[in-house]
Amino acid sequence: MTTTESFADDATTSPNTPIVLLEDVGKSYGNIQALRGVSLSVRQGEITCVLGDNGAGKSTLIKIIAGLHDYTSGRMSVNGEERHFGSPRESLDSGIATVYQDLALAPLMSVWRNFFLGNEITKGPFRQLDVAKMKRIAQEELTKMGIAIPNLEQPVGKLSGGQRQCVAIARAIHFGAKVLILDEPTAALGVNQSGVVLKYVVKARDAGIGVIFITHNPHHAYLVGNHFVVLKLGRVALDTHRSEITLEELTTEMAGGSELEALSHELREINPEVVVDDVRKGQEGT
Amino acid sequence: MASTITSPAAADDRVSARSLGARLLSRPEIGSLVGAAVILVFFLIAAPPFRDINNTGTILYQAALIGVMAVPVSLLMIGGEFDLSAGVAVTTSGLTAGLFAYQFSLNVWIGVIVALALSLAIGAFNGWLLMRTGLPSFLVTLGTFFILQGLNIAVTRLASGAVASNSISDMDGFGAAKAVFASEFKLGGVTIKIIVVWWIVFVAIAAWVLLKTQIGNWIFAAGGDAAAARAVGVPVKKVKIGLFMTVGFFAWFTGMQLLFVQNGVVQSGEGVGKEFLYIIAAVVGGCLLTGGYGSVVGGAIGALIFGMVQLGVVYAGWNPDWFKAFLGAMLLLATIVNLVVKNRAEAR
Repeated sequence: MTTTESFADDATTSPNTPIVLLEDVGKSYGNIQALRGVSLSVRQGEITCVLGDNGAGKSTLIKIIAGLHDYTSGRMSVNGEERHFGSPRESLDSGIATVYQDLALAPLMSVWRNFFLGNEITKGPFRQLDVAKMKRIAQEELTKMGIAIPNLEQPVGKLSGGQRQCVAIARAIHFGAKVLILDEPTAALGVNQSGVVLKYVVKARDAGIGVIFITHNPHHAYLVGNHFVVLKLGRVALDTHRSEITLEELTTEMAGGSELEALSHELREINPEVVVDDVRKGQEGT
Repeated sequence: MASTITSPAAADDRVSARSLGARLLSRPEIGSLVGAAVILVFFLIAAPPFRDINNTGTILYQAALIGVMAVPVSLLMIGGEFDLSAGVAVTTSGLTAGLFAYQFSLNVWIGVIVALALSLAIGAFNGWLLMRTGLPSFLVTLGTFFILQGLNIAVTRLASGAVASNSISDMDGFGAAKAVFASEFKLGGVTIKIIVVWWIVFVAIAAWVLLKTQIGNWIFAAGGDAAAARAVGVPVKKVKIGLFMTVGFFAWFTGMQLLFVQNGVVQSGEGVGKEFLYIIAAVVGGCLLTGGYGSVVGGAIGALIFGMVQLGVVYAGWNPDWFKAFLGAMLLLATIVNLVVKNRAEAR
């Protein structure tokens, strides 16, 4: 397992220079430090998984990169240039697209309108929407990603959770995202649907996109990730490459490691048999 | 890699092609269209004067008086907000034009332009305050409603010494302005007020903007899910401020109609309660109060229903007291229909 110190070495020795590089980035809301000294690098064609429990600072981290919040200390550079994003538009214009878990799409709008929202194609002197062209491109892009939506006029709210995520990912890729931030894309999904989404995450990586995959599910992360960062109480608790960690280690680290052990000791005193069984099941995973 | 997971891309056999009927039923204005047809047939049977073609012009005029304002109010509602000050803002605009031109002895058109600037400023103020504070539009525009209602009467009394603005009917430019805002013409024996023509033009333009332009897409998104819209780069604040200014523009237009149709006099107490009629027209026309869904054409049909019922009750010789009760029932019915539509659209 590497620490934040040796991480800097990785970044310089990698043949692939990072598109987004965070160095010692912090964010405080008044007297609350939501994020402290976080370093992270995102490279093309790599999936960087950010794991952490609720309140670990994952959302704050995304919001900084996506341009919803500015950071208060440290340095964030995009394509080698130091940046402070004032709005999501600036982040988007730098090639960073964010797919949020619940606010990815407007539910009552049709699929094609959602697909082109904010990037509408217009024609003619009155800048009329080129509906036919947008529908055609949306259909092509979705088919390319392997998503079958027979009627692009139907509201996005009618799609399943997995389909919605896929539409959002296909949209981000189509509009030339170089970095894709996925905010817990599998959190609300069943096993099959999660598989579908993970498949598109890999497709995005293969298309040369740098992916930041936020999740609290180490199994999903380990299926696709190249690099793992675990956040705990706003700090980086672990930062390592796939080759240097096993799923078991990642799960333990993610689940709280030593804390979990202490907890199981505590619980064992109450009712040894049931608790030990449960913990073993939990670690074996699904 | 693509083959490792069973592909969901193969056409889903649970999805069947939608029939024309199903597609029609998913239009937001369908409920109001059916309602309008029922009401039309009903009054054609119940009220003999309703069948008189000459009264068609009157019914359309009555509808247009609400319909012109229902255009921006529908857009605003689709954009997720509403404006309680819309009714008195109309009066404010009419009073401003009348009082300004009279007090400074200027050409009527100068008053008209000053009123336009003020109306746009009121809309911008509503939108800006809303975006700035993040308060619900109900509260912000309720405040503006009372401010304008009070100012209308106070400033009018201060300037003219009475509760109505001074008549500007003999001033320069009155004739030309009246021709634009409040004239009428004969079409095959039917007297058509010019505002009916304007109404149709405004509905056509607004419907086109809503459905066929980028701005329209942004309006739907701003009302449907403001956070999602902002995240993909839609300037939600600008869209909403723009919508309030659109309400301002139409309030100005309706105010000018009010001023010039009444020979250059506007009563300062007018307009209170009209904001609800605009909102009813929009809701009956299929706009969701919560935003993100609706239609400008629907709002126009809502206004038409209003016009037909208001005059139909009179033509049928009934006591007009029934009208408001009917209006309330229509609103409830429309709201329930909309709720069902929304639930169906959001259901997986």
